[in-house]
Amino acid sequence: MLRILLLLVALTTPAQSEEVVAGLSQNTISISTNFDGSEILIFGAVKREQQIDRDSDLGVIVTVAGPRQSLTVRRKDKWAIIWVNQDSLEVQSAPSFYAIATSAPFSDMISDEADQQHLISVDRAISAGVASEGVIDKDNFTEALIRIRSKANLYQMNESSVALRADTLFNTSIALPANLVAGNYTVRFLLTRDQQVVSQYETAIFVNKVGLERFLYSLAHEQPIWYGLMSLAIAIAAGWGAAAVFRYIRS
Amino acid sequence: MQVYLPIAEVSVNAFLLLGLGGIVGILSGMFGVGGGFLMTPLLFFIGIPPAVAVATEANQIVASSFSGVLAHLKRKTVDLRMGVVLLIGGLVGAALGVQIFNFLRALGQVDLLVKLCYVLFLGIIGSLMFVESLNAIRNTRKGKPPARKRHNWIHNLPFKMKFRTSGLYISVIPPVIVGVLVGILAAIMGVGGGFIMVPAMIYLLGMPTKVVVGTSLFQIIFVTAFTTMLHATTNFTVDIVLAVLLLIGGVVGAQIGARIGVKLKAEQLRILLAAMVLLVCGKLAFDLLVQPSELYSIGAEGGH
Repeated sequence: MLRILLLLVALTTPAQSEEVVAGLSQNTISISTNFDGSEILIFGAVKREQQIDRDSDLGVIVTVAGPRQSLTVRRKDKWAIIWVNQDSLEVQSAPSFYAIATSAPFSDMISDEADQQHLISVDRAISAGVASEGVIDKDNFTEALIRIRSKANLYQMNESSVALRADTLFNTSIALPANLVAGNYTVRFLLTRDQQVVSQYETAIFVNKVGLERFLYSLAHEQPIWYGLMSLAIAIAAGWGAAAVFRYIRS
Repeated sequence: MQVYLPIAEVSVNAFLLLGLGGIVGILSGMFGVGGGFLMTPLLFFIGIPPAVAVATEANQIVASSFSGVLAHLKRKTVDLRMGVVLLIGGLVGAALGVQIFNFLRALGQVDLLVKLCYVLFLGIIGSLMFVESLNAIRNTRKGKPPARKRHNWIHNLPFKMKFRTSGLYISVIPPVIVGVLVGILAAIMGVGGGFIMVPAMIYLLGMPTKVVVGTSLFQIIFVTAFTTMLHATTNFTVDIVLAVLLLIGGVVGAQIGARIGVKLKAEQLRILLAAMVLLVCGKLAFDLLVQPSELYSIGAEGGH
């Protein structure tokens, strides 16, 4: 009953004038032994219920965010004559991966307030998970986190990489690096006009380990004693095997 | 060929790992060191998370040491009795070392202490060995006979035991203490501890160099097997795929190394090992002294 009521409410609320209809080349990514990164193709169209005045430019922003993790950022300082980790900042939750693709330069497409509200840019998306107490210059730590992860292609800002045709069809691709963490990756689509978000849509990509990778990972976590013994058995067998092979070669 | 490591969650080149394993394996077979003190920093360098590198390295050392010890057993250069005495100390030390490690981790400075341990021990041992073997080489050139083993305070301790393979009749206290200390350091530094044990056996216990290598490998197998189990059951950081790749290279290298080792003179072996130890020490000291290009680092929560 309640569901029908909710459905009615949903149907009677006026539809947004513009909506995203989107697709992904794949919505699961399997990490197998020879996994070497992956590229996902993202495409879609803008659906319109009514005519839109063409004064403002339409923009498309796509973000892909990996599973959130807690981590510690440490800073080295000179202590006597050696460099030592001193100050540190605990980050409660930072995405393990974050990529943005836009159809135009980011700052032209969206206002600072809208960015603050929707947490789109790398800075905003990361800073949201950083605790405010503690270190005085936490901005330096957040910047360092983004700098280090950007170098590893884990945080990406790809401006003007979304191809938008006739204000309707768009497509882009996002490269996922090889050191991908398994989990749910959230893909967000945002339509912008006049530096404001006019519509958004969210979907997910599932990244998981398959085959041998999955077997070993679950064995290591669920049967650690057997996993440990297996590792030792393999090590000893390999050591003995090599010795035997060399003895055979020499004789 | 890229391989995705299931526990480390990174993708690395399989041939790079095989090559690293091979080179470290050769050194391991030549000198009777597990090679952990070289391999662990190398693994950090290619982007393996430190916790995984340390735990997996322990497993890999089991393989290369086992392979090496078989070659030494055939040549009868393992003092099993001495090995067991060292091992008893080693297991006690490893258990203690893990406790110390966890305590330091709670303080948040474990990385620094591990590095300082490296610099300190590698520096002292490397310089002592270097000077000593240089003198030995100079003496043999001049035709002087090598200095006879002196009797020192170590020979006046109780609980004496006969170690026939080493030709020693000494108290069991010094080997047990050496075992405990090496066990502690091994657990803290994530290595087998051969590079500390080998000189300790030569200079403190007065064992013949040829026996020292096989005996230390023998002891290392068990201590690292114990460490592997501790890491696998508490931290889940042993990456078997990484270990297999390293040990394929490692066991082959260890066999080659053991054969090169036979061809070299004891003094030459020692001076080479000393030079290598000093090199690693210098690199680590350099990293501590010079301002790093990136002052910040990202660690999983809970340190390390």
